[in-house]
Amino acid sequence: MKTHNSVSRLELANITKQYPGCLANDNISLTLMPGEIHALLGENGAGKSTLVKTIYGVVAPDKGDIIWDGREVSIKSPSIARDLGIGMVFQHFSLFETLTVSQNIELCLSKAQLNNIGDLADRIKKLSAEYGLNVDPSRYIHSLSIGERQRVEIMRCLVQSVKLLILDEPTSVLTPQEVSGLFDVLRTLSKEGCSILFISHKLHEVTEICHKATILRGGKVVDTCIPNEETPATIAKMMVGELAEQEAGYIKREGTNVIFSVTNLSLPSKHPFGTALKDINLTLKAGEILGIAGVAGNGQDELMAIISGEDARNVKQAISLNNLDIGHLHAGERRKLGMAYVPEERLGRGAVPDMSLTENTLLTHSDGFVKNGLVQWQSIKNYTQTLITKYKVKCHGEFSEAKSLSGGNLQKFIMGREIGQNPKVLICAHPTWGVDVGAALAIHQALLELRDQGAAILLISEDIDELFLLADRMAAVCNGHLSPLVKTEHTNIDQIGQWMAGTFINNTSVCAQEQEAKA
Amino acid sequence: MIRIQARTEPSSLMKVASPLLAILLTLIFGGILFSAIGKSPSQALHVLLIAPLADSYNIGEMFVKMGPLLLCAVGLSLCYRANMWNIGAEGQLLAGALGGSAMALYFIDSDSALALPITLLAGIASGMIWAAVPTFLKLRFNSNLILTTIMFNYIALYLLIWAVHGPLRDPQGFGFPESAMFTDATLLPTLFENSRIHLGIVFAILSGIIGWFILSKTHLGFQIRVFGADEPAARYAGFNSKKLSWFVMLFAGSLAGLAGVSETIGPIGQLVPNVSPGYGYSAIIVAYLGRLHPLGAIIAAVFMAVIYMGGDLAQIEMGIPVAVVSMFQGILLFFLLACDFFINNRLSFSNQATN
Repeated sequence: MKTHNSVSRLELANITKQYPGCLANDNISLTLMPGEIHALLGENGAGKSTLVKTIYGVVAPDKGDIIWDGREVSIKSPSIARDLGIGMVFQHFSLFETLTVSQNIELCLSKAQLNNIGDLADRIKKLSAEYGLNVDPSRYIHSLSIGERQRVEIMRCLVQSVKLLILDEPTSVLTPQEVSGLFDVLRTLSKEGCSILFISHKLHEVTEICHKATILRGGKVVDTCIPNEETPATIAKMMVGELAEQEAGYIKREGTNVIFSVTNLSLPSKHPFGTALKDINLTLKAGEILGIAGVAGNGQDELMAIISGEDARNVKQAISLNNLDIGHLHAGERRKLGMAYVPEERLGRGAVPDMSLTENTLLTHSDGFVKNGLVQWQSIKNYTQTLITKYKVKCHGEFSEAKSLSGGNLQKFIMGREIGQNPKVLICAHPTWGVDVGAALAIHQALLELRDQGAAILLISEDIDELFLLADRMAAVCNGHLSPLVKTEHTNIDQIGQWMAGTFINNTSVCAQEQEAKA
Repeated sequence: MIRIQARTEPSSLMKVASPLLAILLTLIFGGILFSAIGKSPSQALHVLLIAPLADSYNIGEMFVKMGPLLLCAVGLSLCYRANMWNIGAEGQLLAGALGGSAMALYFIDSDSALALPITLLAGIASGMIWAAVPTFLKLRFNSNLILTTIMFNYIALYLLIWAVHGPLRDPQGFGFPESAMFTDATLLPTLFENSRIHLGIVFAILSGIIGWFILSKTHLGFQIRVFGADEPAARYAGFNSKKLSWFVMLFAGSLAGLAGVSETIGPIGQLVPNVSPGYGYSAIIVAYLGRLHPLGAIIAAVFMAVIYMGGDLAQIEMGIPVAVVSMFQGILLFFLLACDFFINNRLSFSNQATN
């Protein structure tokens, strides 16, 4: 770390923020030097988001001082923060879906900044090439997947010249190659004197790139450390306290009989910016977890939709469950045959935001709770309470609306609901995205338990470490193609990473060309 | 400086207060309007809102008007809960009146105990058929339900007018465009002496209770609610959107058809060209005023029926044109939508401009 001068870039002194019923930040102090990459660690609900929102001017602290470049400042709004040179990539993106990438970026630039930049689209293309972000300025946000949207958010900060960049889990949707690319970017920025506040749940990333780390628990600073003097395990211990048995590696299993298969499935995209599926073949055995890696937007959403039946196009012969063609059945009928799903979007798809958890249990789990067409509300209520207890869902009760839960807790609830139906096949997308270490551990355990009971699990994730941790067999998607399936112990991160980039496709130049044509 | 700010959460207070506030604003605005045309606002409002409830005869008439309003509104509430924008209650009501009347004329010389139920069923079936066609067009060809249901309102109206001028006209009716008077076998019994309150109001209140029961107690109703609240979640859960669309539309059609036939074999006693003073349209306002809740619709239907009654009385007693009813309804819907805006938004007042 190079310190350009002795004046700190940012100093927080005794920041306190009280929410009704929750002390989100309790006397937090933190110092950030110019060029320092500082990790902010803690489980969901530890107060990280509140703290960075305070710095970015979204939340006003009840107490405490913010000192910027040696001067006490009051950051009343994000635009003030941006004027000071603070950029932020939120965990939940703030992009307008009906506008293009460059329109979205233009929105948060002042006139002066725009004049400095000149041709914004050009600048985006240049930065995109420079940092390998692969962002097309003319695309509409609604046509982008989560991973691509996050890259737009990162781009938005890069376009402005920032002195402090706040990143909330920036790497969760990038391939290993892209992560190292991003880290090169961050190191370059750091050398140029830009400070970086880095929130992540991936501890090996923190040890790799961060100069310092502050660990929060229950709204308080519980520890600080220099990450490269620690191991992920020791940091995890600081974060979660006593519960620190982490990532010891789980037993891999070999599945038994093939229970679910997709055969020669090719399907044009419904959406102009979607990905067509090209000759997908996969088999899923009872009692195994099959992991599918891939960068967002390479056909995962389309594959999931056609397997679940949400994409109602008839592909009768292509999908079979227990040797029964199910490609012509609608989603509800497939559920009745023993399939369950955990979708990527939790709120608005996996759960109805304005309905209670009890009602959201009934959303997919009606078996045994409906008699003669009548809903047995009392028994669903009781069952929901057991789900909440079993999966340690933090909420006021079964009457809480789904939207009042944090992302991780809602995910635990949805996982519990789907697993509770004892599915034969569970399709699970990004099960721990944005979920804290403790909840992720619980979700992993639940998946493994389900596998050991003989269910087949298809795990679609962009978190390659998670796939290696959980999957018994693996594959990768690139541009609608699915790679061969291999046993996890017979492959490694490099190979999967290359597959994610499309090297498995027979005529590799075709894939590269297609990607170029898309870009 | 006043600014409009989006609320972080919808205000549950405003959800309830909005209809009340809208009614209050409508009354104030109505009062201003009455004084503008030279009538005493207090007297006009009294005639419009209090007089309809002042004696037992008027209360009876209020119930007569409330019946069809409520029947239509309950069906529409379910449709709107499922995001099916059915504007066709009026046409379904007229179709029910037409089909039911045809059946009642078929039974004109009968004294069978089955005549009345069969007549009612004919009306219900006609309403369902009238709802089924636009539903089919929507599901098969993705046509716009709002447009097709409105078109079907006009088709039903002109079909009915043609029928009373042609095949269903009373041969002994001196050429008037009316059917023959129905006979007792097919007339709905009245509930009290010296009043026109008939079985229709019982059907209506029952429909409100059934609508509430479906929405809150049955799995079907739950699916309807999910479908309206969050369509991606309904698709994710695998709910059959076609089945749900058919159900709410046929349910609404059957209730509107029942409203239509109950009018003809109830207070009117024959088929006439002006069966409905726009009940099917007013029911849209009733449904929203009742917060798309079938029990809420009961209260809203009372209010709307009072305005209908009051409009008649205002014309008789004060010479105020009957158009005042439509005007009141229009203003009410306007204010209701305006007030609903504040469920999700609020005004913020600040003295200094914050950047």
